[in-house]
Amino acid sequence: MNPWYKLRKETVISLGGLMLAWQIASYFFPPYLFPPVPAIAQKFFAILIDRESLANAGATAARIFAGLTVAFLLGAILAFVMGRSQRSYRYVYPLLNFIQGVPALSWVVIAIIWFKGTEPRILFIMTATTLPAFSFQILDAYSSMSKDLFEMTLSFRPSKLDLFRTLILPTIVPGMLTAWKVNLGNAARVVVVAELVGATGGIGYQLLMQQQLFDMAGALAWTLVLVVFVLLVQQVITRIEGWLLAYRPSTERSA
Amino acid sequence: MSDGDANAAAAAIEFRKVVKRFLHPARREESYLAVDRLSFTVAPGEMAAVLGRTGCGKSTMFNLLSGLIEPTEGSVHVLGHDPFREFNWFRGKIAVVFQNDRLMPWRTAVENVELGIELAGKNATERREIAMGWLERLGLKGHEHNYPHALSGGMRQRVSIARAFAVNPEILLCDEPFSALDELTGKRLREEYTQLVRENGKTSIFVTHSIDEALQLGERILVFHRPAQIALEVRVAGGDREAIRQRVLTAMNLREAEAAGKAA
Repeated sequence: MNPWYKLRKETVISLGGLMLAWQIASYFFPPYLFPPVPAIAQKFFAILIDRESLANAGATAARIFAGLTVAFLLGAILAFVMGRSQRSYRYVYPLLNFIQGVPALSWVVIAIIWFKGTEPRILFIMTATTLPAFSFQILDAYSSMSKDLFEMTLSFRPSKLDLFRTLILPTIVPGMLTAWKVNLGNAARVVVVAELVGATGGIGYQLLMQQQLFDMAGALAWTLVLVVFVLLVQQVITRIEGWLLAYRPSTERSA
Repeated sequence: MSDGDANAAAAAIEFRKVVKRFLHPARREESYLAVDRLSFTVAPGEMAAVLGRTGCGKSTMFNLLSGLIEPTEGSVHVLGHDPFREFNWFRGKIAVVFQNDRLMPWRTAVENVELGIELAGKNATERREIAMGWLERLGLKGHEHNYPHALSGGMRQRVSIARAFAVNPEILLCDEPFSALDELTGKRLREEYTQLVRENGKTSIFVTHSIDEALQLGERILVFHRPAQIALEVRVAGGDREAIRQRVLTAMNLREAEAAGKAA
């Protein structure tokens, strides 16, 4: 049986069940608590066809990508520094562990005090909250590099750049893709909190507006936009993963 | 210059009183001796087999020869250069066939064969041509674009042999490359390997724990005993193989008995 078909059917059943339960609840509760499903859908599609609303969604997407890109680059550098030297590892690892333990809301407060502009604040929050996970995941992938393959490649006397290109990069690519998928979900959760810090646009700002208007349908519609965006990007990453990791036997990929 | 010095100057590979100590993995302040004053030479174009039981220091000798580790004392010279200190000088001059195939799973068979030539700086067209040629020669035509997981153990080891020969090295180092293969595949690959080394005039060191393999692949056999010293050196070419086998067996058992006696 095709596992994708099975998955799609189950997804439809579970999400359809949730919508049905919500719709039933809407008959018994006022719309500001449980708005009917068609009202949410209407607001959702209204966002998708309205240029200004799309610009808000685009601003959030850009903030997610900017934050993740900076965190990925810094995280990758720190992972390589830790991977190459045990001494660096002993210094950097506790710092990253500490940063990982700081709640997102604390970063929001720190960002408000440290930075003046909204965008630097959001970038800082996004970077600080996703950096440790990127670093740890890339370090894990780097550390799991096969000693056998390392010695084999070394036996051909590669330059440092060639060693990175032919061995290290292909070894860490699966870990990097997983890190992007995991951190994308985290970033989507954090970005809406970060956008509450004085942003005048973006999904977080729109959610704040809906809360002030007491519009539950609008809040859910904007939430859906963010969820759909995350799912779409994760699909894109999965496709890239499938293409880059096509060499793996199928049993390994479905494990 | 003494005879020994003259031989060493002409040698493709020379170990001179090499000692290698490693720190004990658990007790870091203690060290253990893996190679003890090891001296031998291999002439250009010669096929030497290094024979010894598991744990006798063959792999340490192999890593010293590959330049992956540095001797604690003594010197290792390959083609007159130090493989550890002059590591990059050996680019394209040494190739290694390992015990397991060590193919990169993300590269197809032909891309794996291309690795060494790619790192030696050959252009894409040239390296593809060379790699395809070696795969065809080793009976892998039609499998060039398969990933390693789609190849059998024997095929993968053929790819790794092709990868080593493709760089056209002067020195070929082999670390029990056929030990994990079934009897028939191993026999066929040993024959192919011998033919390739002879045809291409390579200097080769073949590490093994099998006497039959050493007899088949070595023009000279160096029998190692722990910690990597030479217990016996015997020339195979032109000799009575059964007599040589007995001498080798005796040397291996004698050394083992000596070691057991000392331990008792």
